[in-house]
Amino acid sequence: MNKINFSRANILKISSAFFLFTAWEIAGRVPISFAFPTFFESMEALISIILNGSIFIAYSDTLRPLFLGIAISAFFGIILGLCIGLSEKTDWFISPIFIIMQAAPLAALIPLLIMIYGVQLTSKVFVVIIMSMPVIVLNTAGAVKNTPSSLQEMCFSYLGSKKDNILKIILPSASPIIFAGLRLGVSAGFIGAILAELKITPTGIGDIISFSRSRGDYPTMYAAIFSIIVLAVLFINILEKIEKYGFKGNQKGYISD
Amino acid sequence: MNAVEVNNISKNYGNVEALKNMSLNFPKGELTSLLGPSGCGKTTLLKIIAGLINPSSGEVIIDGKIVKKPGPDRAFVFQDFALLPWASVIKNVAFGLELKGVNKSEREDIAKKYISEVGLTGFENNFPHELSGGMKQRVGLARALTVNANVLLMDEPFSAVDEQTRRKLQEDLLILIKKEKKTFIFVTHSIEEAVYVSDQIAILLPRPSRVSEIIKPSGFKKKDVDKIRRDSEYLDIVDKIWKSLKNYI
Repeated sequence: MNKINFSRANILKISSAFFLFTAWEIAGRVPISFAFPTFFESMEALISIILNGSIFIAYSDTLRPLFLGIAISAFFGIILGLCIGLSEKTDWFISPIFIIMQAAPLAALIPLLIMIYGVQLTSKVFVVIIMSMPVIVLNTAGAVKNTPSSLQEMCFSYLGSKKDNILKIILPSASPIIFAGLRLGVSAGFIGAILAELKITPTGIGDIISFSRSRGDYPTMYAAIFSIIVLAVLFINILEKIEKYGFKGNQKGYISD
Repeated sequence: MNAVEVNNISKNYGNVEALKNMSLNFPKGELTSLLGPSGCGKTTLLKIIAGLINPSSGEVIIDGKIVKKPGPDRAFVFQDFALLPWASVIKNVAFGLELKGVNKSEREDIAKKYISEVGLTGFENNFPHELSGGMKQRVGLARALTVNANVLLMDEPFSAVDEQTRRKLQEDLLILIKKEKKTFIFVTHSIEEAVYVSDQIAILLPRPSRVSEIIKPSGFKKKDVDKIRRDSEYLDIVDKIWKSLKNYI
């Protein structure tokens, strides 16, 4: 028999999930609302949409704007954040745009995006970008500004160039906050992707949610919502693993695992 | 012969005069301490010598050349260690060589040699947060030694460690000075530390910042590191410096 070594963290995580699902099951059985199915009903529905393949077709639609939007936000977000953090003038010029983007009510902007870009992929990608980019840009900028000056002085005193300072000091030093920004950005991006599917054109996982709601098939609706939450958590965990692997000494217990 | 000459250096931060018309020579192969109360410009002077900040007027001359920026002839040891938290001990020690473009295997060989010299063999793959304060500063010292600079600039290097570690580091520094034959410029707040490690002590006073006195201990420098603290000349110099400094604290 294989000996499975469960760490305390894993036991706590499993207990937490067990507690949540039990509460869900009880709430569904009471029921707190006729539109709130039990945990087991929702899981049954999840298995059935997995078996009939509809969930995979849905995700192939949902993930395209999501990944495109997140990739664009991460790439340009980190570059813009770096520029803002390094130059005061860029800070004054660009920061306000992202602060406004972060504060803007997205739902109100969607009709505007549809008018400009139509109901296709571009609009959905934009919704994901509007949701995820500000937090990535502003976090990166803050982290870059707060790079310890003694590390930068050390780099210059050992004859490092400005490029060395950016690549070997500022970026690795800012990486915990940049990754925190990426994680928040990815979470916001997931919200953006679903919002786009609910508000622009019902496709992908948003279509399953709105279609099953209109039919009163609440277990399927909750199964779809549950699946997107699981996917978001998995994605955020993958980001943590990348951070752990790339910047070992930077973690001193602030990463959840 | 002087390794470093500081000629009429002034440095102003807005209306604040950090240094005013300061001149000082640092003899080759010796350790000179810059000692003085807070705000007398010790660290500012050290950073000007390092080329990290430019003086408002005056010049620093090393080997006949005016210092305008950091150079391969100087290495800096920082008060807060300035170690890269994401890099292992060996990568931190080899960082100066990495910036110089030395290839990985060569720089790791050199780094291992100095890691052993500062007594950290076995900790090569540890990260800074796994080390004590004293060990962190040993890493900082090893990093400065790897680049083989003639002048080592040390900014209060032992101020962030506990008293016992500090004494051990001071003793190890004396042994290292004899072995490495480099010029050390050492900023400190501690009178005992300055007298213990220095061949020459420059006492700096604030408002306006100036060199008030240069003391060169002679009698106890050849003694064993364990016996210096009981030497009467050592104790007299400590007492004398305290008497001249206490009016400015």
